[in-house]
Amino acid sequence: MEKNEQMIFKKPAVIMSITALALTIYAWFFLHAESQVSIAILLVAAVLAVILSRRFGVTQLVEESATQRPGLSRLLMVGCCVALIAVFHSSHFVLLMLCGVLLYSTACLGLTVQVGYSGVANFAGAAFFGIGSYATAVLASQTAIPHLLIILIAGISAAVIGSLLILPVLRTRGHYAALVTIAFGILFKTFIEVNDVLGGPQGLQVPGMNLFGFSFNEGFSLFGLEISFYVSYALLSLAVFAGVYALVNALERSWIGLSMDVVRTDETAASTFGLDIVRWKVVAFTMGNFFAGIAGGLYGMVIGFIAPNNFTFGDSLLMLSIVILGGLGNIAGLIPAAVIVLILPEKLQFIQEYRFLLYASLVILILLFRPQGLLPRKTRIFFARKGS
Amino acid sequence: MAGKTLISVDKLTMRFGGLTALDELTMTVQEGEILGLLGPNGSGKTTFFNVLTGLYKASSGSISLDGEKILGQTPQQIYRNGVARTFQRSRLSLSLTVFDNIVIGDYQRMQHGLIFNLLKRKSFRSEYDAYVDKVKALLEIFSPPLVGRLFEPVDSFTMIDRRRIEVCRALLSQPRLLLLDEPSAGMTHDETDELMQDILHVRGKLEKLSVVLIEHEMNVIERITDRCVVLNYGKKIAEGNYGSITADPLVQTAYLGEAE
Repeated sequence: MEKNEQMIFKKPAVIMSITALALTIYAWFFLHAESQVSIAILLVAAVLAVILSRRFGVTQLVEESATQRPGLSRLLMVGCCVALIAVFHSSHFVLLMLCGVLLYSTACLGLTVQVGYSGVANFAGAAFFGIGSYATAVLASQTAIPHLLIILIAGISAAVIGSLLILPVLRTRGHYAALVTIAFGILFKTFIEVNDVLGGPQGLQVPGMNLFGFSFNEGFSLFGLEISFYVSYALLSLAVFAGVYALVNALERSWIGLSMDVVRTDETAASTFGLDIVRWKVVAFTMGNFFAGIAGGLYGMVIGFIAPNNFTFGDSLLMLSIVILGGLGNIAGLIPAAVIVLILPEKLQFIQEYRFLLYASLVILILLFRPQGLLPRKTRIFFARKGS
Repeated sequence: MAGKTLISVDKLTMRFGGLTALDELTMTVQEGEILGLLGPNGSGKTTFFNVLTGLYKASSGSISLDGEKILGQTPQQIYRNGVARTFQRSRLSLSLTVFDNIVIGDYQRMQHGLIFNLLKRKSFRSEYDAYVDKVKALLEIFSPPLVGRLFEPVDSFTMIDRRRIEVCRALLSQPRLLLLDEPSAGMTHDETDELMQDILHVRGKLEKLSVVLIEHEMNVIERITDRCVVLNYGKKIAEGNYGSITADPLVQTAYLGEAE
């Protein structure tokens, strides 16, 4: 009897499902909680749970199962998100936050390709996100191009405008390349602010998504339930995130990901083995900006109104801190990191002005005790080995 | 050694500001030989490797590989022409696995397309599987114990294993010329012996491979090289087999004389 139980608990599928269920339930409590006491209890519970599960090897067990069944773990992740969206089907605010987390994480997937894989600095993530938003705002209000295509064009615009930066970024190194991108981010925001055609400091209205005749901005009811219009946006954001995640995941486990890693770790060795360093940096930079542009385009439609203040240098830093907090180069860490960076400050409203102080100390503490991030990047395994 | 000339270097000069690191160096590497490159510290041995692999741009002179001029080509082009090397200070990507570090050595034959790598995962899988077999086969010849640790990160390996991995990375693309920059640096006597045994073993399997070896340990030189070139202050001061160069008075004063 006892043996049997152990067998069941050693099965990766069972372990994964239990973990997913626990995380979903926790997320539900967390998103629901409003009183100070309950949020404080939940935070303490989370810290305790992390410490205890590491002490008793639960974390390791879950990680092992996830590496054994990568497909299943991704499916469960999507399942968790759909479940949360379904539970909060009528809560505008929670759904809006979920969209934010998913789309910021999508942009961070792009940043991971740049900073995490090929080592190209980008402190202008929010600018490329913003280029996507503005491209969408202009195209959706002025033209009749189908909206999905517009999102794609938003990504291409970010990639094309980003290519202006390729030369200065590649000709400089390290901190200097970082400075170039910082300058670009500031330039972008200032350009938008003084440009009346793009709405100046007041910003621009972004038309809602219209998919094959279905307008996302109209709420609807299903089985007699009032459904928030954000549900459609959240599902679409999830689809975009999942799609980009799948691409970046494949990229890491391919010759391209390997080449980018070698270029990042040792350019001299890379060039003596024939790797074209410029090529991989350009591919990474362009691809990352494309993903940021797509995410920004959809984000503009979700929030319905964009202004230069949505895309400041501070927002670029926010994106980078998600990438680093999650574990530089590990895309599985992006969602938990985005939740901490984006949702936690909202939830800590009860301590008012002090919330950013608490939140900032938390980030510092995490990086102090876990400098590789919440979920450090793992050694690359191209394909999960069957059995054993 | 009346083979074909693989590399011929003619009046190669490399200056760093006022310092002449290579001074009108003229030499050849024959197909299939193991050539020892000797000289005291700072005599230009590593500089020669860096010029030969395109990392440094020479001031004047010429280098040709099998008749084709390679001086002035980029490191990438020279690699594609069949020249691979190891470095004096190990240049592996420590966070990557043994497989990752070795397989990148055959970069020129991998498919680099975005569509192939990201979307055609089945085709990628079969190319990947072929590479796993290829890397395993190479390790099987060179260092069988490493086969079982193929997917462990390199930072968990000892110095001698890292050197072996570096040599395998250089060999995977089946180069015509292998440049070994002081492979015994930082290793014990026994480890050096072991590594040289491995190198001789591989050379036995790949007959056409030429090797240029920079080395300080004279017994290693004696054991494995067919011919030696001795440099001092960037100039070639002697050339010949081990017996003749050690008997050369110029070499004795420049290099061996210090030890006696």
